[in-house]
Amino acid sequence: MSMSGIAIATQRLDLFYGDFQALTAVDLQVPEREVTALIGPSGCGKSTLLRVFNRMNDLIDGVRVSGQVLIGGKDIYAVDADLLRLREKVGMVFQRPNPFPLSVFENITFGLAVHQLAPRREYDMIVEKALRSVLLWDDLKDKLQRSALGLSLEQQQRLCIARVLPLKPQVLLMDEPCSALDPIATLHIEELMQKLKQEYTIVIVTHNMQQAARASDRTGFMYLGKLVEFGLTAKIFTQPAQELTENYISGRFG
Amino acid sequence: MAREHFQNLLRGLEQELVGMGEMVIAAIDRSIQALKNVDKVEAERIIADDALINSKRWEIENKCIQLFATQQPVAGDLREIVSFMDLITNLERMGDHAKGIATIVVRHDQTPLLKPLIDIPRMAAKAGEMIQKSLTAFITQDVDAARAIIEMDNEVDALYEQIFRELLTYMMEDARTITRAVYLIWVSHNLERIADRVTNICERIIFMVTGEISGN
Repeated sequence: MSMSGIAIATQRLDLFYGDFQALTAVDLQVPEREVTALIGPSGCGKSTLLRVFNRMNDLIDGVRVSGQVLIGGKDIYAVDADLLRLREKVGMVFQRPNPFPLSVFENITFGLAVHQLAPRREYDMIVEKALRSVLLWDDLKDKLQRSALGLSLEQQQRLCIARVLPLKPQVLLMDEPCSALDPIATLHIEELMQKLKQEYTIVIVTHNMQQAARASDRTGFMYLGKLVEFGLTAKIFTQPAQELTENYISGRFG
Repeated sequence: MAREHFQNLLRGLEQELVGMGEMVIAAIDRSIQALKNVDKVEAERIIADDALINSKRWEIENKCIQLFATQQPVAGDLREIVSFMDLITNLERMGDHAKGIATIVVRHDQTPLLKPLIDIPRMAAKAGEMIQKSLTAFITQDVDAARAIIEMDNEVDALYEQIFRELLTYMMEDARTITRAVYLIWVSHNLERIADRVTNICERIIFMVTGEISGN
């Protein structure tokens, strides 16, 4: 695969927490505008890998990264990498919805204000567009000034996704985005991912391999810090190349 | 709406199924046309084109397997995908019957047909109509239509019986007609089998909609 059409590329990526090696020689190419799922048992490194993509691991003491991580062709661990700009381009959604204790409106405009990306007079338009993208507009258009904390969990999670969109990210990282949601809300968020992938590259970490199967175009299976297998989801779940992958997805270990 | 993506995949598969059905109907039409004209060149083409129907079947089956593996279908969705797999098997076999008719054309020596074809084209048209209607009933999940199509099989059986008796008369009158009469019986037998397979499809439609396994 050529570099064009690739949103994220890692080469010989190693990551250590102190003496512990959490990622080993990960070579991964995440295509643009697709949903890529990372699966594997707890501790396999999938969340660590996800956090590499917006350098969230920098916040942890004793983290060392070697190898290369290119996002949009730029080395995000280069000495002159602009961290603020990286976080703008690579948005993240977490396991539990974590809206700011602010109004729905302010939740969406918060990032714009921080990054000074748009004049205030455009906020109304931007908020509407963001809420429409996550299919919340019809429900919330008359409740924009209400506290986001009063929304249902599903609405909060949608809002957390909407909050990232005004920054025009290239990549949306989702770390177990549905694990706090009920099954129907989970399917709704998966449906939303199908819609959002038309504009954004999505990387999702999930414990729920059925979710990876349903919602992703490509799946990476990780084990003990290594990317064991990466390929089309339809292929991984019907004819995985590695026995380890087969044993994991068929529930024989993990 | 929930699972719109999955629904879209199912609708896409339905379109492919209809496309495969059209390939089969075309193969049957062509085989009867080739028979009328004792056109061996066209018959050879029909035989070769059967591979396209076969590969379409594997293509759809592969997509069904992927849907099982990735979408975890349950209830009506599960029955629909199970039904897809059954329908394509039946359609593929119908394609083989069309190929069977083409093979008979190839075997036919240069002599003209024993008699002008009257009931065989009627039988073929009826079978084609049954396929068409059964696929529509499948897409629209129409159980009543499925039951009505099963009844149509009686008409095909009656035509088969009629053709058989008529050809038997030819053979009794003149033993030199036996080879060509048997060929025509084989042709009508292929058509009769096709219509039977449509009834399998209709039973599958009833299963898909109601969950009841019927059929004899």
